Amino acid sequence: MTGAKVLLMMGCPEVPIQTSIALYLSHKLTNLGFDVTVAGTTAATKLLKVSDSDGYYAKKLVDLDKTLEDIIEKRNDFGICFAFMHNDSGMTYAATVSAISQAKMYSIVFGRHAEELAQTIEFDCEKIVTQDVHNPVRLKNKLDKVMEEMAK
Amino acid sequence: MSCIEQMKYTILLERISFKEAREYIEKNSDEVYYVSPGYKIFKDYYIIGVPPIAVGSKGNALVFPYTKPCHGSFVLSIENEDSIKEINRLRESDKEKGPVSLKKDKSLESSKASSTSYLDMWKK
Repeated sequence: MTGAKVLLMMGCPEVPIQTSIALYLSHKLTNLGFDVTVAGTTAATKLLKVSDSDGYYAKKLVDLDKTLEDIIEKRNDFGICFAFMHNDSGMTYAATVSAISQAKMYSIVFGRHAEELAQTIEFDCEKIVTQDVHNPVRLKNKLDKVMEEMAK
Repeated sequence: MSCIEQMKYTILLERISFKEAREYIEKNSDEVYYVSPGYKIFKDYYIIGVPPIAVGSKGNALVFPYTKPCHGSFVLSIENEDSIKEINRLRESDKEKGPVSLKKDKSLESSKASSTSYLDMWKK
């Protein structure tokens, strides 16, 4: 699995832990040998750009809608996708990627309504769910276990 | 930005869940067609959505879901020369099975998950 193209798909950056987890995941997966691309809305990518101004943690930062367009038009695809979601729109974008891409899907569901939101997911994926909003540690720990499995 | 935002459109519903958008289109369109995520309309808009995605016609207007990451889903209606072309394209591609109305055919409903509690909260 190492070496595969990984898409980290950020949604609305309203919930703070998304940015730190995206940077963490991008860096860890890159160190494991994965080819990581981080896609997001304009606001989400700006948050990352300012936090990681030299592109040390997120080396490939791209526009979310353009990335979906490239997958639909078969100009690009990924082996693995981590989809961040804390609202219905995030789930809807992830369902779209699940339908248009060959990627193995991981749904990172967070925020106050994470459990309820996770129940609305109908596509095939591994769910990583925490109700956290500000403190990313519990989600980080769950993702560490996922990455351990991926590295095997 | 897709061309949709530069076109003259009517917002029929705003800041709703995708499921609510689908249900509205099914209940309020003259004809309902189902397309896959990524179906392209109006030259450069690829529809984002949970399959099956309902797209409707109301007279000469195309009624479709539009999802924005920070603002939820919307139901938009566009009526112009291009909407007539889009409706005709849907009719053509659906010719074999014919237009489907979920008012009569419940088999296409995809609401497998019990999402009521989440959706209620999300609307607040």
